[in-house]
Amino acid sequence: MEEEILTEETRREADAAPALISIHPLQKSIALALGSEVRIFDLEKENAVTLTDEACSPSHSDAIRAICFGANGSLFASAGDDKLVKVWRTDTWHCIKTVHSDKRVSAVAISLDGLFVTFADKFGIVWIERLEEDGQGQISVGTKAVPLLGHYCSIITSLKFSPDGRFIATADRDFKIRITVFPKCLPKGAHEIQSFCLGHTDFVSCLAFIHLPDFRQSLLLSGSGDATVRLWDHVSGCLLDTCDIGKQAGLLKSNEIIKDFPAVTDINAFPDGSLVAVVIQGFHGVVILKCDVSSRSIFVAKIVSMEENFTPTSLVLSSSANMLWMVMGATNVSKSGSSELARLLVISNVDKYVSNEQGDCPVILEDKNIPGGEKLLLKLQGSVHLAKQDAAFTAAAAAVKVAMQNLLAKKQYSVEKRDLRKRNRNDRKFKK
Amino acid sequence: MSKNDNKITEGKRQSACLPRKRFYRARAHSNPLSDSHFPIPFSPADTDYSQHYPNFVHSNLKIQFADIGCGFGGLLIKLSPLFPNTLMLGMELRDKVSEYVKERILALRSSNLGQYENISVVRTNSMKYLPNYFGKAQLSKMFFLFPDPHFKEKNHRRRVISIPLLDEYAYVLDVGGIIYTITDVEELGDWMKHCLETHPLFATITDEELSVDPVFELLACATEEGQKVARNGGQTFHAVYRRIAFVE
Repeated sequence: MEEEILTEETRREADAAPALISIHPLQKSIALALGSEVRIFDLEKENAVTLTDEACSPSHSDAIRAICFGANGSLFASAGDDKLVKVWRTDTWHCIKTVHSDKRVSAVAISLDGLFVTFADKFGIVWIERLEEDGQGQISVGTKAVPLLGHYCSIITSLKFSPDGRFIATADRDFKIRITVFPKCLPKGAHEIQSFCLGHTDFVSCLAFIHLPDFRQSLLLSGSGDATVRLWDHVSGCLLDTCDIGKQAGLLKSNEIIKDFPAVTDINAFPDGSLVAVVIQGFHGVVILKCDVSSRSIFVAKIVSMEENFTPTSLVLSSSANMLWMVMGATNVSKSGSSELARLLVISNVDKYVSNEQGDCPVILEDKNIPGGEKLLLKLQGSVHLAKQDAAFTAAAAAVKVAMQNLLAKKQYSVEKRDLRKRNRNDRKFKK
Repeated sequence: MSKNDNKITEGKRQSACLPRKRFYRARAHSNPLSDSHFPIPFSPADTDYSQHYPNFVHSNLKIQFADIGCGFGGLLIKLSPLFPNTLMLGMELRDKVSEYVKERILALRSSNLGQYENISVVRTNSMKYLPNYFGKAQLSKMFFLFPDPHFKEKNHRRRVISIPLLDEYAYVLDVGGIIYTITDVEELGDWMKHCLETHPLFATITDEELSVDPVFELLACATEEGQKVARNGGQTFHAVYRRIAFVE
C-alpha cells in the first residue's frame, strides 16, 4: 500500500518539465519554453514577441519538451507532451504548421534545408513531415507525418542533423546513438544505418555536432547519465575521447562508489568545436570544455561555479555574440498547485575561457546589462526580480531530477522486489 | 579398456550429461519491452568471446551466423557440423531456455570432442541490443524461426520482424547476407513477407536458389518448434531474403 502511494507521488513529479532555451543562429531572437508556454524575445528590435497561431489557442496545452531553430534561423519548432509539433516562421512568428503525433514528443529538429521537420515520439519512432514553401498565408492544420526510422521501443532523447546534412543522429535511453543516412527519397524512410556510437554506460541525454573547418570533417559530442561527455567520429562510430566530467567537476570522488551519477543534461558547442558548454544535473554552474582538433580529444577548460544556487536546466551558446545563455527553472505540478519558474543568466566573452588572448574576461552579466535588459527578463522570466525564490528553485531542480531519472534511468530491482512486481502485474490485477 | 567400451561409456555419459528439458520449464513468452536486468555488453568490442568459443581463441574469427530467439537450440546444433569453421551465436530472452541451451552445448562438446565448438548462446533481448553484439556488416546469416506471433494489433510492435528492426538487421548483415524466417502462423508469415518485401535493403531469393541452399531445408525441421508443427501436420510459411546494397 505504502509503495503504491509512493509511485503515485513520483508520477506527479514526473510531470516536472525543465525550462528550455534556444537562440537564433544569428542572435536575432531568443526563445524560452516553460511549461506549455513559448516565450520569444526579439533581440534586434528589443521587444517581446507575441506568437500568432490561428489553429488553436493556446498553442500548446501541455509541457513543451523540445524547441529548436532551423539552421538558417527562418524557422522555429516546438513540441511536447500535448502531442503537437508546431513550426513557426521567425519573421512574423506565425505558426505555419501543426503536426499531430500519436504519442508524446521528446525531440524535434528541422532539416538543414528547412524543408522538413522531424520529431521523435515516446515509442522511439522518428517522424518526418514536409514543410510547404508557399507558406505565405497558407496554414496547414492537422497533417500527419510519416515514420522515418525507429529505435526499438526506447525513448529518444535527442535528434540532430549533421552539419553536412548527410546524416541524422538519434540518441536514446538504451545507451545508444544511431547515425542514419538521411535519405533523398523520403517516403521510403531512412533505412541505411551508417553507424552506432556505443560506449556510454547510461542513458544518452544530449547531442551536439561540431564541424572542423581545417579537417573538413564533422564530429559528434554526446552527454549522458554516466556523467561523461564523449567525442565520436560518427561516420565510423568510433569513440575518440571520453571526458569524465563528473569526476573532474569534483562531483564524483574516484574512491567512492556513487549509485546515481550526476547526469550530463545539456550540451551546446560553438560550430567549430572550440568551446563546448555542458550542464550537469545539480551542479551550481556550467562546465566549459575544449575540443582539441589535432589530437581528437576533449578536456575541461574551466569549471564555472555560480552563486545564488544557479543550477541551469538548459543552455545555449551564441557564437556571433560570443555569449552563453543559461536558464534555470521548471514547471512543477505539486500538491500546492502548479508553479512556473525561470531564471536567466548570461555570460559574455565566453571564448576567453578557452583562449589565452588578451581581452575582456568572461563576466556573468548583471540583469541590466543583458541584451534587451529588463524588458527581456520581463518577457522570458515573467518578472524582473526573482529574489527570495531560492527554495522554490531548489524544489524545482529536485523535481526535474526525479522526473528525468524516472523517465530515462534503468530501474534496478532486487530479486525479491522483481518477483513482487511480477506478481502484481497489471494484467493479473483484474483476475483477483 | 577396449575401444568399444570407451564408446559405450561415452554414450552413457552423453545421455547422463545432456540437460533434460523438464528441469528447464519456462514461460512461453517474455516481454521484450521491459528493461533488462541482465548484463549487456556496452559495445561489440566489450564482449569476451573466448569463453564462448574456447577452441577458436586464436583464430580471429568473428561470429557470422545469429539465431535470434534460438529457443532450445535445435537449429544451432544442426548447423554446427555443416559449417564447422563458422562461429554462430544463439540469442534467447528467456533465462531458463538460454540456460538449457548452454548446458546442452557443453554436454555435446564434452561427449563429442572437437565438435560443437563453434556454437554458443547468450541471454539477451536482441530487439534492443543487437548492435551491442555485432558490428556493421558482420553477419552472413540471420535466423528467425517460429517467432512469437503477437496476434493483437496493439502488440504488433513487439514482433521481431518489423520495418524499423529490419533497418538494424540490415546494418549487422553484410551485403549478400541472408535472413531466414519461418512460422506456422499464416498471418505472421504474411506480415514478415510484407515487411521484407517492402524494405528497400532486402531482395527476394528465387526458389531455385533456395532449393540448393543446404540451410533452407533445416528451417522447418531442425528446431523443436518446427518438429512440433510437423508432428501436428501444420503448415509452415517461410520468407527468405537477401541483404542488398544501399542505393540512393
